[in-house]
Amino acid sequence: MEANTRSTGRLPAAFLTPGSSSFMDFLSEHQPEMLPGKRQLPPTQGVIEAPHGTTIVAVSFPGGVVLAGDRRATMGNMIAQRDIEKVFPADEYSAVGIAGTAGLAVEMVKLFQLELEHFEKVEGAQLSLEGKANRLSTMIRSNLGMAMQGLAVVPLFAGYDVDRGKGRIFSYDVTGGRSEESGYAATGSGSIFARGAMKKLYRGDLTEDDATTLVIQALYDAADDDSATGGPDVARRIYPIVTVITEDGFRRLTDEESSGIARSILERRLEQPDGPRAALL
Amino acid sequence: MSTPFYVSPQQAMADRAEYARKGIARGRSLVVLQYADGIVFVGENPSRALHKFSEIYDRIGFAAAGKYNEYENLRIGGVRYADLRGYTYDRDDVTARGLANVYAQTLGTIFSSAAEKPYEVELVVAEVGETPEGDQIYRLPHDGSIVDEHGSVAVGGNAEQISSYLDQRHQDGMSLAEALKLAVQALSRDTNGTQREIPAERLEVAVLDRTRPQKRKFKRIVGRQLDRLLETDGAATEAESAEEDE
Repeated sequence: MEANTRSTGRLPAAFLTPGSSSFMDFLSEHQPEMLPGKRQLPPTQGVIEAPHGTTIVAVSFPGGVVLAGDRRATMGNMIAQRDIEKVFPADEYSAVGIAGTAGLAVEMVKLFQLELEHFEKVEGAQLSLEGKANRLSTMIRSNLGMAMQGLAVVPLFAGYDVDRGKGRIFSYDVTGGRSEESGYAATGSGSIFARGAMKKLYRGDLTEDDATTLVIQALYDAADDDSATGGPDVARRIYPIVTVITEDGFRRLTDEESSGIARSILERRLEQPDGPRAALL
Repeated sequence: MSTPFYVSPQQAMADRAEYARKGIARGRSLVVLQYADGIVFVGENPSRALHKFSEIYDRIGFAAAGKYNEYENLRIGGVRYADLRGYTYDRDDVTARGLANVYAQTLGTIFSSAAEKPYEVELVVAEVGETPEGDQIYRLPHDGSIVDEHGSVAVGGNAEQISSYLDQRHQDGMSLAEALKLAVQALSRDTNGTQREIPAERLEVAVLDRTRPQKRKFKRIVGRQLDRLLETDGAATEAESAEEDE
């Protein structure tokens, strides 16, 4: 199958046939077996054991959006990896964070990045943020067969909408169902706890610095109560991945920046283990 | 039934080459030059939307003269080839050399197949390296031959004359503004040697800039940045335009 790309022969007809600007459409016609959703699945009993990624959180603020994830991957009750990356740039103005089966998730991100880049190169223009969110929906839907066997991928998509001039967050379910979230959102096993934390801390007038602090607070709370979510690992110097998307595009906080925030949060938690308190009334 | 006329292979190929060359000569020429920080593409193009230059992959750019629908088809084929190869192996495994070979085979097969009309296109595939020594520029004429170029290259109807003009004046390590101005001078010389003016809004300019922090090095130069590069001379503008880039 790969002979077509490896050989130095003439481009096969499929390459020169006018058609859609989608890389996935091209693949599904030319080499469908390379698409994760088109793979033949052997019949299996029970759930397949594979490393899982856990908590991803997102918070929007006036002027942009922050997307962050912890670093732990688990397999059953074991920690499979301590420094996994689950938040990736999708293109210049958007990012995607992934909870679920790590191997499939990373593959899906790679294909999603390529899908956006391919469209941009062929058309000479970027997809709208809505268009990107819909494209991701299609990809999750095509993975439904594997999701039913326990290999689910549930992303969180965040981006800066250039047309509307604001940050937006989209969450998904395993069937590809998409919903836009206002303010904040979380996905993965620790999301229940992260969402609780964000609910109490979120305000409409956060600055960028507030937002990056808020997501790390939420991840700390998720790690506090969910065994599959990793907290800031001071001894190994592994800190959450925090990304910011604004009018200026995608930016990932440096290790120094995110460790700075994480350390100051840890310091406060030494005095107040449950973190900042919200007013009763 | 009448007997078909005998046409010698030499004559048939010469006719096809003549046909393709005439088609290419109808359009305006374009040039590709190396400069200190990368490779610059310059051409006269009244259209804002129908590009002659475009990005194929991270470090690889594409330029074409001739028939739009034919080179657009090849361009998209190239993007598909590069994206599929990068997806199958790794981003680093996509090279200008590989792409140029595929284009050469494609153009060559079309040129020598009696069932198809030859493509009226001439392509340039360029890859920017980490250093100027690593830059690669390939010129692909309509018949599927492939030429490894250095410094400067021109394609299109008036290419020979422009090439010789550039060969005499192009130097290694030129600044972007210098290279751009040289390119415009070369393009604005008519066949009889007279200069004409090409206004900035009729120019299409793009660069593969090795100093860009992103993986994708291709960038179009438009608007104020283009005006400033064309107007002024010397290193000061270079720094300014680099700042604006950020």
